[in-house]
Amino acid sequence: MGFEKIIFYFFAAILVVSALRVITVRNTVHAALFLVLAFFTTAALWLMLEAEFLAMTLVLVYVGAVMVLFLFVVMMLDIDVSVLRAGFTRYLPVGATVAVVVIIEMSYFLLGGFDNSKFTPVKHGVEYSNTRAIGNVLYTDYLFVFEIAAVILLLAIVAAISLTLRKRKDTRYQTPGNQVKVRKSDRIRIVKDMDTES
Amino acid sequence: MLLLTDYLILGAILFCISIAGIFLNRKNVIILLMCIELMLLAVNINFIAFSHFLNDIAGQVFVFFILTVAAAEAAIGLAILVVLFRNRSTINVEELDTMKG
Repeated sequence: MGFEKIIFYFFAAILVVSALRVITVRNTVHAALFLVLAFFTTAALWLMLEAEFLAMTLVLVYVGAVMVLFLFVVMMLDIDVSVLRAGFTRYLPVGATVAVVVIIEMSYFLLGGFDNSKFTPVKHGVEYSNTRAIGNVLYTDYLFVFEIAAVILLLAIVAAISLTLRKRKDTRYQTPGNQVKVRKSDRIRIVKDMDTES
Repeated sequence: MLLLTDYLILGAILFCISIAGIFLNRKNVIILLMCIELMLLAVNINFIAFSHFLNDIAGQVFVFFILTVAAAEAAIGLAILVVLFRNRSTINVEELDTMKG
């Protein structure tokens, strides 16, 4: 067994265990942290597949943004976990059965008649840049799809803000326009005091 | 020498774990969203494995777009979750029966 295989099985084991912990752990914060671990190990596996740009994107976008958003929401909401986990043991047999059946079917196909000899990766030299290769097709062949992706992200921003924005009645705020517009005569009134003059 | 089968079986195992997670945690919306993220991750592993073994960069471009859509989906899903919790004070799926579906 070569060094590459040992590394692969090491990361694959961590990935499977952390994914199992995501679905079984009691505390939702721990589930989010195990999901972070799963994303990190997946990024390592993608590095082995020479997809360096996407591995870095996964760490930056998923671990850096999406999972932080998850953790933020989990910690912000006050959730009673015991109620939410009430049916866990009841659904365990059916869930495990479905998962095992699907994995057996997929493995039967993949280990049985699958011909691996057609799929041989091409070894790239040191000068090969994965980022450049993706950029070359992303800004030419997939330009319109790229722009649609940008619109989808804009849509997500607008939707998330408009969903969660709310006007509070009791908030005190300043209106700078009114502050600038005010004149001396609006605010102060000069009163002659007879007692001090005499 | 690693084969394509190794990566495909890893993706299949990950996908099945997330299916089981949807069955087990069917009351907790946050865990359900996390299971969907795991499913997309499994699909992405398959895409990148095929992209590597077929020497075709298009698979990685697809993963790029899947990551974009998944990030948008997570943001909107969590925003809906926050609004839901603000209005109903619960995220239990079984209590969300206002629409009598």
